[in-house]
Amino acid sequence: MSPDGTASRIAWRLATVIDVVLETPRTRTLVLDVPGWPGHRAGQHVDVRLTADDGYQAERSYSIASPPEDTRLSLTVEQLKDGEVSPYLSEALHAGDTLELRGPIGGYFVWDIPTGGPLLLVGGGSGIVPLMAMLRHRDAALASAGAGAREKLPVRLLYSSRRWDEVIYRDELTSLAEKDLTLQVTHTLTREQPEGWAGFRRRIDRAMLEQVAWPASEQPRVFICGPTPLVESVASTLVELGHQPALVKTERFGPTGGAV
Amino acid sequence: MPPVSRGFRGRRQSADTASRLPPGQYETRDFPVLSAGPTPRTSLTTWDFALRGANGQTARWTWDEFTALPRQTTTKDIHCVTKWSKFDTVWEGISVDTLLSEAAAKGVVPSPFVLATCDGGYTTNVPLADVTGGKAWVAFMYNGAPLPAEHGGPARLLVPHLYFWKSAKWVRELRLMESDAPGFWESLGYHNYGDPWREQRYSGDE
Repeated sequence: MSPDGTASRIAWRLATVIDVVLETPRTRTLVLDVPGWPGHRAGQHVDVRLTADDGYQAERSYSIASPPEDTRLSLTVEQLKDGEVSPYLSEALHAGDTLELRGPIGGYFVWDIPTGGPLLLVGGGSGIVPLMAMLRHRDAALASAGAGAREKLPVRLLYSSRRWDEVIYRDELTSLAEKDLTLQVTHTLTREQPEGWAGFRRRIDRAMLEQVAWPASEQPRVFICGPTPLVESVASTLVELGHQPALVKTERFGPTGGAV
Repeated sequence: MPPVSRGFRGRRQSADTASRLPPGQYETRDFPVLSAGPTPRTSLTTWDFALRGANGQTARWTWDEFTALPRQTTTKDIHCVTKWSKFDTVWEGISVDTLLSEAAAKGVVPSPFVLATCDGGYTTNVPLADVTGGKAWVAFMYNGAPLPAEHGGPARLLVPHLYFWKSAKWVRELRLMESDAPGFWESLGYHNYGDPWREQRYSGDE
């Protein structure tokens, strides 16, 4: 909104791909330079528009992976089977290519430091992306603050993936948690586990949430992102466990039958 | 023309499909679920529906009374602001025209704006002209079966000519108002009116 109360149009901008990072066999991060980018909040997304040489266009939405503190904008894209746009973004684009986008979009599924904690993040598959922006924002914003600031904003992340090599941001999550005792990262691997895996090996359920999530009495800010069945089930279970619906924010993607 | 995306070909639709897709949309055969929070579960024994006039007069129906009103079945294309469109969805419910004429007997008079309010706290605003004249329903059946909770059941508003966030899930009240007031997404950066054919997705889109 401008000061006189009229909204200005969210403009299409031409971004340049600076780098492409391989995250998992099916997932890549596009690191973008976006001239004039107005800034964003962790959890927001952008619309991407592709144009074929005959003028045909396709648009899709992607969550922003980078925190507001980064000078570059990062989008992490999972290649969907039979996707129209994601195979192009995750395979055809290279450093130096350009991409049209507009944003930031979405003012509800967002978290920043003043929103407070504790924070409960529950993700499935590429649903980790907006949650990672929140973790990165917290890490960057509190980098120079004392340990007391982190203790006031403790985080628990419960992340469901099919197998270990499909865990997006695996090494970064490990190193964030190793240096920060107020961040607890719990993985569950639903299809296949590495040898000697001692962690969870099933879809997120009530018992897992009772064990891992903050109790409702702590009044955590809850963000759930993933395929619809995961989000529906986790959100309903948390409400059954006493969490206030108004503190439970959800973002869903994919077909109704998707599963992680 | 916008810059060409090197090597992008895209998936061309048939001319028929293309003519039914508003700009920036793609067709899905699935029925994706999008909601900002947990799905509310309201028992039909406590569910009721209210049509409230700006003058404070209110018409109210229990579930049994509501579903006994004259029903209509309608087949519509729907368009979600997140880019998917779904063709030929079949709904059954009560036309807002019917609700207004029933409510007139209770002293509820029309006003130019409507705010839909829902279980879970969701709201959305529409001009009265966009929910009258056979353009909107309160639907409780989808594809011949009770509307599932994750898709808005027991009942949702259906305003298929606007982006689907206007078709409020879990709707419990239509409030007639003399002046417009933005609803949930309309206060969070989404367009106040939301015409898919003019691609009015976000605040500021013309």
